[in-house]
Amino acid sequence: MYAFDFERPKTLADAVKAMTDEDAVALSGGQTLIPSLKQRLAMPSKLVSLTGIDEIKGICVDDDGRVCIGAATIHADVAAQEYYPALAALASNVGDPAVRNRGTIGGSLANNDPSACYPAAALGSGAVIRTDKREIAADDYFTGMFETALEEGEIITEIKFPVPETAAYMKFEQPASRFALVGVFVAKYADGVRVAVTGASNEGVFRWSEAEAALGSDFSAGALDGLKLDGSNMISDVHGSGDYRAHIAKVMTKRAVEKAG
Amino acid sequence: MPQVSMTVNGKPATGEIEGRTLLVEFLRESLHLTGTHVGCDTSQCGACVVHVDGRDVKACTIFAAECEGAEVTTIEGMAADDGTLNKVQQAFQDHHGLQCGFCTPGMVMTAAALLEKNPNPSEEEIRSYLQGNICRCTGYHNIVKAIMAAAGQDTSKIAAE
Ligand SMILES: Cc1cc2nc3c(=O)[nH]c(=O)nc-3n(C[C@H](O)[C@H](O)[C@H](O)COP(=O)(O)OP(=O)(O)OC[C@H]3O[C@@H](n4cnc5c(N)ncnc54)[C@H](O)[C@@H]3O)c2cc1C
Ligand code: FES
Ligand code: FES
Repeated sequence: MYAFDFERPKTLADAVKAMTDEDAVALSGGQTLIPSLKQRLAMPSKLVSLTGIDEIKGICVDDDGRVCIGAATIHADVAAQEYYPALAALASNVGDPAVRNRGTIGGSLANNDPSACYPAAALGSGAVIRTDKREIAADDYFTGMFETALEEGEIITEIKFPVPETAAYMKFEQPASRFALVGVFVAKYADGVRVAVTGASNEGVFRWSEAEAALGSDFSAGALDGLKLDGSNMISDVHGSGDYRAHIAKVMTKRAVEKAG
Repeated sequence: MPQVSMTVNGKPATGEIEGRTLLVEFLRESLHLTGTHVGCDTSQCGACVVHVDGRDVKACTIFAAECEGAEVTTIEGMAADDGTLNKVQQAFQDHHGLQCGFCTPGMVMTAAALLEKNPNPSEEEIRSYLQGNICRCTGYHNIVKAIMAAAGQDTSKIAAE
C-alpha cells in the first residue's frame, strides 16, 4: 500500500469538507477498497473514513413508507432489519460473516461491481440514492461496470427503498469469490414488476424489460418460458460463457418469481 | 506519526501507526500478539479474524486507525488468566479440530462469534458461518464437530473420529 493521510470525521459536514481535497477517497467498510489499495490499484493522498459518522448509519421508515438505510450501515444490520425481507435475505448472503460485519450498503453501491448483490436490489426496487448533494433515481445511477452517476468527491448518505408487495433475490454464487456469478432481483409493485440482473452483463446491472412486461401481466415463472436473454453482450470468463450467464439469468429469474410467490 | 488507543484483551493498548497500518499489523508487530495469523492478506481465508466491539472481522481488512477506542479480542484473550482454555478452544483440542493449526485462531474466533449469536447452531448453520474461513488440512469435519461439541450438542451422529 502507498502511504496516505487518514481522517475519521464525526459529522457528514466534516467529511464533505475533507473530500474536497484532490485525490481524497472515501473509506467505508474497506472490504473492497483495502484489497485494492494493497494491490496498488488506487493511490489516494487521503482516506476519509465514513465509519465514525453516526448520522449516515441506521435504518428507518419514512412518511412514504420507504425503508431508508444510511450509507454506512453494515450488511449485517441490513440483514437483521425486518421492514424489507427480500433485502434482508440478500444482505445475509453477501460474502461471509466477517465481510458482512464491515462492508456497507453505500460502499457496495458506490463501487458498483458488476457481480455485486446490492445494485440488483437498488435497481430492482427503483430505490433512490441520496448523496450530500442530491437524490439520484436508481435508473439513472448505474452507468456501467464500476461506473456510477456519482461525481468526484460525492458521498452517498442514504438509500431509500420503496417496499414492494413481494420480492425475492436469487443468487447463483461463484463459490471462490462468494460474489454472484449471476443474481436476479424481482420485485412486484402495485404499478408493475421490476427485474434487475447482476453478474451477467458487460454493462453492469440492468433491467430485463421483456421479463418485467411478461411478469406484469402474469406473475408466474411460466410467463418467462418464451423469453431469452442475448448472451452476446454478457460477461464471458473462466467461470462461464456469455450464453451460459444468459441462461442462468433466466433460471434465476424464474426461481426468484417462485420464491416471491 | 498518529497514535491509536484501543483495549486489547481487556488491557489498554496505545501505539504509533501510519494511516495504512492494518489492525493485524498493529496486533502482531506493535503488540507482539502473533496468534492472529495472516493467511491470504486478501480477505478470503479468515485466519486473521478477531473481534472488534463484539463483531468478528478480518484484521487484515481493517485499518488500526478505525479501531480507535474499540474493544478488541484476539485468540490470546480467549483462555482464562490461569490458562484454562475457552470452551471452543477446548473442544477443538478434544475433537481434533486442527492439524497444522494455521487457520485455528480465526476458526476459534469465528466459532466463538457464532455461538455468541446462536448458542445452538445446526451443522448447516455452522458450515454456512464458516464460509469465510479456509482450512487446508482438516477437511472441516472435525472443526464442525468441535463447534457442535462446544455448543453442548451430541456429535456422535455426525461421524466417526
Ligand atoms: C470475501 C468477500 C466476498 C464478498 N462477497 C460479496 C457478495 O457476495 N456480494 C456483494 O455484493 N459484495 C460482496 N463483497 C463486497 C462487499 O460487499 C463490500 O463490502 C462492498 O463491495 C464495498 O463496501 P465497503 O463498505 O466495504 O466499501 P469500501 O471498500 O470502503 O469502498 C468501496 C468503494 O466505494 C467508495 N465509497 C464507499 N462508501 C462511499 C459512500 N458512502 N459514498 C461514496 N463513495 C463511497 C470508496 O471510495 C471505494 O471506492 C465481498 C467482499 C469480500 C472481501
Ligand atoms: S489473512 Fe485476513 S482473510 Fe486471510
Ligand atoms: S489446520 Fe491447517 S489450515 Fe486448518
